[in-house]
Amino acid sequence: MSREGLVNLAVVLSVVLLPFAAHVMGETYWVTLATRAAILALAGVGLNIALGQGGLVSLGHAVFFGIGGYSMGILAYHAQTYTPLVESLGLPGTNLMPLIWLVAATIAALAALLIGALSLRTSGVYFIMITLAFGQMFYFFALSWPTYGGEDGLSIYVRNRFPGMNTLVPIQFYWIVVAVLLLALLFSDRLERSSFGLALAAARQVPARVEAVGLDPQRLKLVAFVLSAAVTGLAGALFADLNRFVSPTMFSWHTSGEIMVFVIIGGVGRLMGPVVGAVVFVLLEYLLGGISEYWQIAFGILLLLIVLFARGGLIGLIAGRGKAHG
Amino acid sequence: MAEAVLQTTGLTKSFGALRASEDVSIDLRPGEIHAIIGPNGAGKSTLIAQICGALRPDSGMVRFAGADVTALSVRARARRGLARTFQISALAMDHTVLQNVMLGALGARGRPWHFFAPVLSDRGLRDVAEMALERVGLSDRIATRTAELSHGQRRQLEVAVALTLRPRAFVMDEPMAGLGAGGSKRLTGFLDGLREEAPILLVEHDMDAVFALADRISVLVYGKVIATGTVADIRQSDAVREAYLGEEA
Repeated sequence: MSREGLVNLAVVLSVVLLPFAAHVMGETYWVTLATRAAILALAGVGLNIALGQGGLVSLGHAVFFGIGGYSMGILAYHAQTYTPLVESLGLPGTNLMPLIWLVAATIAALAALLIGALSLRTSGVYFIMITLAFGQMFYFFALSWPTYGGEDGLSIYVRNRFPGMNTLVPIQFYWIVVAVLLLALLFSDRLERSSFGLALAAARQVPARVEAVGLDPQRLKLVAFVLSAAVTGLAGALFADLNRFVSPTMFSWHTSGEIMVFVIIGGVGRLMGPVVGAVVFVLLEYLLGGISEYWQIAFGILLLLIVLFARGGLIGLIAGRGKAHG
Repeated sequence: MAEAVLQTTGLTKSFGALRASEDVSIDLRPGEIHAIIGPNGAGKSTLIAQICGALRPDSGMVRFAGADVTALSVRARARRGLARTFQISALAMDHTVLQNVMLGALGARGRPWHFFAPVLSDRGLRDVAEMALERVGLSDRIATRTAELSHGQRRQLEVAVALTLRPRAFVMDEPMAGLGAGGSKRLTGFLDGLREEAPILLVEHDMDAVFALADRISVLVYGKVIATGTVADIRQSDAVREAYLGEEA
């Protein structure tokens, strides 16, 4: 097994075992922190498909995170108030997690299809700006949408259901989140090794070559953007379920920035980069956030050091340069 | 005479006041190597870009494999079997040699929409790729990262990718550029045999290679074809001598 393979295995084992140890020792708060880290990691795994594999610097992934959050919020709100979601059709809300996830991922994917089709006509700084602009559009829309709380957000009183689990028990909710995270990691890993992943990575590096062999680099990137958004949307739904609360903050560009920053710190394009980055982010937030509200300065310095001296992020530092499959 | 595989008729392209191509009509017949030579700035790159579809001509037509492809994209022309190599290697440097060639095989097959099956286990693609690598003599470099290849090996890899495209014609943009004498000679030998598989439109500065390989040569100066003929014709042409070969000849 390669060095990165060993590191990845160690990360997976830590993700599964450490929160379990915290649970056994009765440290429920740490289980909740781990849940937060795992959900953010999932959002990062999504972003990493666009950013790492497709080279798409999207500063608008909060859109998909927020869409996931509001999908959960709106569906659960109608379920808890026993009001129909669509009056004319008598379509009800739901508090069933798998159904909520499906809706969240699907709507995020559709939004990405639209946003991607428009923004992928540009590249570089313009692409970053357009994705940012879409993010702000959604943010202000959520802010001024009184039906679902406007700027106050939307509270959900009871965490949604998952068949056979008691989601209100922190460790049980954690297992659900970690199962989704591991499936997403598996998907991301297989994607990178698939024929689509090969063509996408080539489109990132040498689009002219991809065209010269008869493939469409823009279409490859668009599909990557859509898949990426679906995973981040799923993370948004789980994040809302963790907090039992959704607010426009999920759509804000800070959210986009945070996801991107911890993916960079963990390692762009590295399978476990988002996981390591999210864990570091949540730990710093917890440990330093208690000392000073300016804890993000420390995070900023870490980002600076990584960008200057360790382009492969923390995974790159530990596991060495990226592998080339052969 | 067999019908031309690739043919341009009256291609004209201007950039502002600069005429990069002016009424360029050339053709490529089955089994031949047709070399395009000309001094720097003669419009060779512009011509290639129009033939491959990266640039639209202001007027004129490109026919390929029996159809008018003037309005078709780079991709569409590639799918019809127009295989080009790049002057400055356009290879995915983070990929292995094998991955680069498999991309070509994948492009030739189309439909890269498999999201879960490992591409390296795709026997069909892999066979095509490995065979192409063997032909250009890169079999022992299959798992090497492309960034670690020597310049000459990258040139070989460029050709290997083109081989996977089920080519009906090759367009090669200075394949000898930067090769040492040995490498240049080896590639010349290889291209010599390749013309039977598909004809080659060869843009090249290396005159030894051009004179050794070309069935016909067209000379491009200031965007115009000033002469087309056999090696002997071109060597003897006064116009060519004056305009291009100059003091060397």
